[in-house]
Amino acid sequence: MPRLSAGARHRVRFALNGRAVEAEVEPRTTLLDTLRGPLAATGTHAGCEHGVCGACTIQVDGSMARACLMLAVQVEGASIRTVEGLAPAPDRLSVLQEAFREHHGLQCGFCTPGILMTLDAYLRDHPSPDERELREVLSGHLCRCTGYAPILRAALAAAERLREDVSHA
Amino acid sequence: MKPASFDYVRAEDRKEVLDVLRREGTEARILAGGQSLMPMLAMRLARPGVLVDVMGVPEFRILSDDAAGLTIGAGVRQAALGALPDLAQRHPMLAAALPWIGHAQTRSRGTVCGSVAHADPSAEIPLLLLALGGEVRLRSHRRARSLPAGEFFTGLMNTAKAENEMIDSVFIPAAKPGVGQAFREIGRRHGDYAIVACAAVADGAVLRLAVGGVADRPMMRSLPQPGDPTLEEALDAFAWDLGARDDLHATARYRRELVRRLGRATIEEAARCRA
Ligand code: FES
Ligand code: FES
Repeated sequence: MPRLSAGARHRVRFALNGRAVEAEVEPRTTLLDTLRGPLAATGTHAGCEHGVCGACTIQVDGSMARACLMLAVQVEGASIRTVEGLAPAPDRLSVLQEAFREHHGLQCGFCTPGILMTLDAYLRDHPSPDERELREVLSGHLCRCTGYAPILRAALAAAERLREDVSHA
Repeated sequence: MKPASFDYVRAEDRKEVLDVLRREGTEARILAGGQSLMPMLAMRLARPGVLVDVMGVPEFRILSDDAAGLTIGAGVRQAALGALPDLAQRHPMLAAALPWIGHAQTRSRGTVCGSVAHADPSAEIPLLLLALGGEVRLRSHRRARSLPAGEFFTGLMNTAKAENEMIDSVFIPAAKPGVGQAFREIGRRHGDYAIVACAAVADGAVLRLAVGGVADRPMMRSLPQPGDPTLEEALDAFAWDLGARDDLHATARYRRELVRRLGRATIEEAARCRA
């Protein structure tokens, strides 16, 4: 394919929470900055910007990814899901979000969007996780407020609720 | 924390990748999963002129596990290893080490070959490759060659790969029946870089221990069997020879002690698993 040159801006197109979007970016622009800048989707947070904190975690084609460790030009044609895509309606939280509210899974909320996107992907593939597995997957996130215990409780409660929803469906 | 400018090429086949490397050598870097390279770019420890994205190249998607062993192409993500059938039976050391390789959020994008190319002395994948007698298969526009892991890693984030070469795949020989394998690590959390990581293989009378996180690259040595009175001394000598240094995460003394204790525990586990 033609080379995208450093100084210039190039159009990338992808799906963001089910909606077709496009942005003009330099090759060096991260996906994180593209979401938060030109696309004004600021639900995804920017923390360390080098892959350590997990605040920027999103889903790319269904799997978890650090948005700060991806270039926008890498996601041409991909399907991206962010925290803005979780709530089923503007006035309704998802089961996972509701569990975070109920169990005090957040205080300042800085780490929350990333953690929600990790858990949303994880619970889809592992509907009956035990505490050890959840600790393991949460180790990819830093939270400076909660001490993690309420996050763990929220995750376990959400998993249980989601299983009930499936069995009643 | 923003990368400097570079050109970007999304390669469609291997030839295109190798042509860019031939023409631009030191200025070009391979972009695979990006989980090592992107932080380097963000911190401007790397400032390449052009990135060649290899994830769209069909030749690099090869992941095959047959009687000879496991071949992992340049485009195979770390998470794909976890999805291999019978990983724990066929490659017990890989299965034991997988949760320690980055986090679920980085294994979903990071590639096996990318971690080998990055050659971080604390990273698990280079250590595993060394311990398991793996090979690094390199390719340039002119030739293909294969190097044993022990010759590939040459120092701190340094390898024997030439500027016009890329890692085409890595190969890990199938575990022979009756050979014991074990992996253990001490880190702050799973996914953090290892303070010390140990990988041991017990093959009949031969016992090898590989250690990561201490020297400038993973190092391996043959050691006496558990129960042999000279084991303690041999482990102590290995611990000193690794030249541990103090850093933010641990003192040199602590690292030496871990090599002695974790090393022994890993060896014993490998010997127990030997049928
Ligand atoms: S901002 Fe991406 S991991 Fe910290
Ligand atoms: S709620 Fe403040 S960092 Fe997690």
